[in-house]
Amino acid sequence: MAHFTKATSVKDWLNQRLAIEKVEKVMASEYWIPKNINFLWAMGMVLAITFALLLVSGIFLLMYYQPDVKDAFYSVNYTIMRDVDFGWLWRHVHGVAASVVFLIIYIHMFTGIYYGSYKKGREMIWVSGMLLFVTFSAEAFSGYMLPWGQMSYWAGMVITNIFSLGGLHLDGLVEWIRGDYVPAQAFLTRFFMLHVLLLPLAIMGLIGLHFAALRIPHVNNQDGEEIDFDVEAKKYLAGDKASSKVIRFANDFMSKDLMVVGFFLIFFFYLVFFQYGFALDPVNFDPADGLKTPAHIYPEWYFLWSYEILRPFSVNIGLIAFGFAQVIFVLLPWLDRSPNAVPASRRGAFSIWFWLLLIDMIVLTAMGKLPPEGMFSTIGLVAAVAFILLWVALPFITMNEKKV
Amino acid sequence: MKNKEPLILVVVVAFTLLTYWLVEPYAHSVMHKHVESEQFAYADLKPVSKTGNVANGKDLVMGAAACTGCHSIEKEGMPAAMDAVSAAASYGVNPPDLSNAGAIYDAKFLANLIVNPAHALKVEHKFDAAKGQMHPMTAFFGAGGDIDQEVADMVAYLKSIAISPSEVTPKIAYENACGRCHALEYENWTQIGEKPAFKFEKDALAFDIQVLEYKEHLTKYMGKLPPDLSMYIRSRGEHFISTFIENPQAHLEGTAMPRVGVTADAAEKVIEHLADAGDTKRHERDSIGKSVLIYSVIFAIFALLWKKQVWKDLH
Repeated sequence: MAHFTKATSVKDWLNQRLAIEKVEKVMASEYWIPKNINFLWAMGMVLAITFALLLVSGIFLLMYYQPDVKDAFYSVNYTIMRDVDFGWLWRHVHGVAASVVFLIIYIHMFTGIYYGSYKKGREMIWVSGMLLFVTFSAEAFSGYMLPWGQMSYWAGMVITNIFSLGGLHLDGLVEWIRGDYVPAQAFLTRFFMLHVLLLPLAIMGLIGLHFAALRIPHVNNQDGEEIDFDVEAKKYLAGDKASSKVIRFANDFMSKDLMVVGFFLIFFFYLVFFQYGFALDPVNFDPADGLKTPAHIYPEWYFLWSYEILRPFSVNIGLIAFGFAQVIFVLLPWLDRSPNAVPASRRGAFSIWFWLLLIDMIVLTAMGKLPPEGMFSTIGLVAAVAFILLWVALPFITMNEKKV
Repeated sequence: MKNKEPLILVVVVAFTLLTYWLVEPYAHSVMHKHVESEQFAYADLKPVSKTGNVANGKDLVMGAAACTGCHSIEKEGMPAAMDAVSAAASYGVNPPDLSNAGAIYDAKFLANLIVNPAHALKVEHKFDAAKGQMHPMTAFFGAGGDIDQEVADMVAYLKSIAISPSEVTPKIAYENACGRCHALEYENWTQIGEKPAFKFEKDALAFDIQVLEYKEHLTKYMGKLPPDLSMYIRSRGEHFISTFIENPQAHLEGTAMPRVGVTADAAEKVIEHLADAGDTKRHERDSIGKSVLIYSVIFAIFALLWKKQVWKDLH
């Protein structure tokens, strides 16, 4: 056992047992962050705060929600919205944060792509981030089922149908997932478990992994500069803060994080109180009715782009395209053959690729919601093909990129 | 190096707004037909040209026009001839009590309703007299005098006994205009009235059986059971509800729902009642929202000042 001396203070007592000074150094005061990063790098903290809001509001909702097909809708729309003090607030915080978290995830992802933050030693940051994205998607989808509204039910029907894998007709697999022939009690109860236990646990584990993945390769910067963190840290500690290229995480970068969080919260609470409906589909305020199909079935906005990659093709090709869209982002660090981890603006063809991908995904998102008729289905098909071609072209356009 | 952050922010916001516009306002405008409000003018109906005489109207309502054969006028001590369930069995739906009809329904609508119910209610596709499909409400063919004058008299009478339009509460407006077909579970409203708090379960069950029977007749009459409106303020929104009340056919051609014929003021009250059911906490939300936003702004200002202070040494 280690040698313990009589503690001189509470801090000392804790320090001998928990090494809090060391933890503080590793996690905060000597966790070095490049100085030249902009507010987009604060999206990680914004996501952490949003996740915390989701967790806390979710816990309050969990106290009153009934995972029963007969009571679920009522428990959300009557009990929580009317009977429970501030239930409406928790629900709107939860509903709005569920949508906003995806907006920030997409900004976070595209920031990573733009600045090449997935390259050279940072692959695990990217891969763990993509795993988080997939888990968040499952979390969002399972949560969307819970109010048992009309769109919950039919989105559940459509999405689980995908598991029959088209021509393979694995109807048995679909029934196994649902626990019934159609979404019913077994389906609701298991999605409830996934949403409130298994997936949040997985998310918290993955957040840990994502942070850990950052520790050794360090945070990228907006100039793509290779920083010798040891040299720069010494300079900082010697008092030459102004010319050092690195800063402490706390309080230096944290003060910037918090500032961005502050402005983000104004936007967030504006939505919660005055535009709560932007994230809650009106159709889902009709109780689930298995005998009446809604005129248009579409997923939440953050799934629209991948839904639109599925939709314009025949069933089997659509599924292959959909599968491609789900995994291709994970492979980005290896598909990008260039030696540069610099902003896209300095990478010639890649820059064009980046903006085309962004615009293509916005077009896919829009077409995914619009009814698949006439011009919309043509645009959707072109955008879906363009998405696949962009990824196929990526290794070729980055292969010959000169070192900058 | 030049500070690029404002430009980056503009790019992020622009792409976000573009995406939002495409998936919300634009997509919904494509998916849902836009129906303009007709300002509750009932422009297709014949205007009331005569000035009504209340006393003569009363005689007609109670006498020659035989309104009270089916309609109760509780206010004037005329109770309903039968209970709601039996009335629904006879007519499909319980005929409304006329005590406050003059305050809730548009005068021109009432006048036209008396003369040609199927036309005023815009349900001629369902009740075509030529095919023998008579509307349960019998049209008034006149008592022998000037029919326009007689109708004006009856409307004047209905207006004279009704509470003043300013006294119409959201609840009264809803119960009169919508409540005989649409339940409002979240406000404890059934098609046969508010469900009382019963002491014995058997009484509660007896009430429920009455509601079920009423719903059965109503379903037969309408083709399907009209939906519970508890969440309609959220699932449909104000604009939809308002324009739907005004003219259901404009949204849903061929629907069995009649044009309700309410005044613009009564329609607003109906919507307020629906908001009371489905968006109960809206006033609390608005007032707390303002405080939270003020707090957030102050928090952001302090965060900004702290950042400036910390970064003073770093530049």
